[in-house]
Amino acid sequence: MASVALTNLDPASRAAARGWSDLTIRNMFIIPTLAFLIVFNIFPLIYSLGYSFTNFAANRSEPWQFVGLQNYRELLSDDHIWSNFVITAKYVIVSVAGQMIVGFGLALLLNRSFPMKGLITTLLLLPMMMSAAVVGLFWQLLYSPSWGPINYVFGLGDFAWLSNPDSALYAVAITDIWMWSPFVMLLSLAGLSAVPQHLYEAAAIDRASWWYTFTRITLPLVSPILLIALIFRTMEAFKTFDIAYTMTTQPTAELIAIRLYKQAFQQWDTGKSCALAYIVLIMVLAITNLYVKYLNKVKER
Amino acid sequence: MRKIVTSVIAGIGLALACGTSVRAQDKELTIFWAEWDPANYLQELVNDYTAETGVKVTVQTTPWPDFQTKAFTEFNAHGDAYDLVVGDSQWLGAGSTQGHYVDLTDFFNQHKLADVMAPATIKYYAEYPGGSGKYWAIPLEGDAIGWSYRKDWFEDPKEKEAFKAKYGYDLDIPKTYAQLRDIAEFFYRPDQKRYGVAIYTDNSYDAMAMGVESAIFSYGGDLGDYATYKVDGITNSKDAAAGLDMYKQLYKFTPPGWGKTFFVEDNQAITGGLAAMSMNFFAFFPPLVNKATNPYADVTGFFANPAGPDGKRFAALGGQGISVISYSKNKDEAMKFLEWFIKDETQKKWAELGGYTCSQAVLKSEAFQSATPYNKAFYDTMFMVKDFWATPEYAEVLDQLNQNIYPFVVGGKGTAQEALDKTAADWKATFTKYNRYK
Repeated sequence: MASVALTNLDPASRAAARGWSDLTIRNMFIIPTLAFLIVFNIFPLIYSLGYSFTNFAANRSEPWQFVGLQNYRELLSDDHIWSNFVITAKYVIVSVAGQMIVGFGLALLLNRSFPMKGLITTLLLLPMMMSAAVVGLFWQLLYSPSWGPINYVFGLGDFAWLSNPDSALYAVAITDIWMWSPFVMLLSLAGLSAVPQHLYEAAAIDRASWWYTFTRITLPLVSPILLIALIFRTMEAFKTFDIAYTMTTQPTAELIAIRLYKQAFQQWDTGKSCALAYIVLIMVLAITNLYVKYLNKVKER
Repeated sequence: MRKIVTSVIAGIGLALACGTSVRAQDKELTIFWAEWDPANYLQELVNDYTAETGVKVTVQTTPWPDFQTKAFTEFNAHGDAYDLVVGDSQWLGAGSTQGHYVDLTDFFNQHKLADVMAPATIKYYAEYPGGSGKYWAIPLEGDAIGWSYRKDWFEDPKEKEAFKAKYGYDLDIPKTYAQLRDIAEFFYRPDQKRYGVAIYTDNSYDAMAMGVESAIFSYGGDLGDYATYKVDGITNSKDAAAGLDMYKQLYKFTPPGWGKTFFVEDNQAITGGLAAMSMNFFAFFPPLVNKATNPYADVTGFFANPAGPDGKRFAALGGQGISVISYSKNKDEAMKFLEWFIKDETQKKWAELGGYTCSQAVLKSEAFQSATPYNKAFYDTMFMVKDFWATPEYAEVLDQLNQNIYPFVVGGKGTAQEALDKTAADWKATFTKYNRYK
């Protein structure tokens, strides 16, 4: 009888009848999440910030010493590190631009009705579901001058994509574009499907050209979601490690994440690697903030 | 109530009995090594120890690219997951000075291992600092850079004739790097999918450095003075530059895309019928004499690293010693295992299984040298080896070398002298940072 009475109540009243207040329920969900966040994110973040001002090396037994800004000074005056940043910047620009163009282009193609659209969309999404390391190894084979199909198809002979210092970075960027364009495509499709159809109908009545419709209706309305895709992909591209690490050892393709890994886990220069991680973090935050500011402006229009 | 109490007591008794019986068989040792054939041979060998003593010994392995990272992560955490490690020779400095390895000096002296093991293996796998008389490992797997080649290509009368006509001397196993280069050039025929030579080019760990230093040493160069850390004029000497330049010349005759290659690819160069000659560590040669893994096994030969222009002949040292890890809870048991491992009959069995013993007596025996087509070349090589820096900051030093020589060899950027000048400058800065200059 009591249960029947409870089912007639709204969820909050039901919880209240069981003795749980809204606050209790909220805390039940929020406290574990907060605890998890603090233990696994915030605490290591602060701890590593502390290490970045020390000469701590995880493989040495001697106690560490506080060295102030020395790690940051050394890193920012190290030519190798700047070279890694330049390489990373080049990679981010090429890779993200490629993903935006290919991803948005695919979304425009898919934003219309045609046979087997669902199947084709699913197939196009497959690359981003694969492990990045596997994708790296897979493309290493595709690029192989001896048996890889890429050189055969494009008639490039023995051209060694990954051994050539001038092409290695672009070969990795092409792989990243292949892997992550579907992500941009997915977001763009969501944006395109949200554009009100009556705007296109009005444009059609006014006999507007395709280009005019695209630049005056489609692009402005989809641009907020494109910017979100751009933010995500820029952040991810900046952190790229696995694809590049598995594909080539060319110093011209040594991204900052690879340098960070070597510093931390091959040279065990823990303090300095923490400082480098913070420099990367600050750079990513700065770039992201620029995007977010621009995104807010676009939304206000 | 009495029933409950009886049941609880019986349960506790049973649990204790089981616990005791488990503890009685609980003696276990874990040896950590990289994933390759010698680790399998070692597992076979230690099964004998288990049969003799009842102590279970497991050889736990991890792929080569993860080996260093995984080992040092465990060391740094002072973890006791492993009791012994078969660590790379260049780890000795870090392993000893950072307290990860147990000092084996007394053990070494007590068993007079300096007289038992090959001199190079003691110098490079066991002692740190060099000449100090302090030992941190027992030489376990001897190894060095050697070469495999296609005997049928070399012995083909038409090829011999054409080679003689072009170079003016007989086509045979190269005695010098210059001859090796000529032969590589002679067999480099991309239109026939045949290439001259396969060398190490992967710069993510020590592959390329080992290949390059084999050439540098043979050309009379050195990486520096390991006692004083002097690098200026040694690392970047003219001889060293000539050796590096020769390595770059060899790279021209490798199969296409040979820019990230290590032992797997260099063996594939032979098993796939791609190259006339291929560099590799001896421990990777077993698949080349196995018909199941190499269709050209019957026509594959082996030779030791050739000499430089002045007749100097060296090879980069590979191989490892076995060390007891300081954080192990079974150190006494580990020491007993080492006592068993250094016995003559164990060393003999180790060599029979395919392991590269460092025991002088076994190495010199006719039985060992004729056991495989490459053991004689291995024996010759083990008496002309040199190693990389074993200083605690070796990883930083190795990365700097890779950063400087790779663009020259694979990317064709700059000159050998520039690459080594930059390396000397980087190393000097690094050694200064770590206060190596007193």
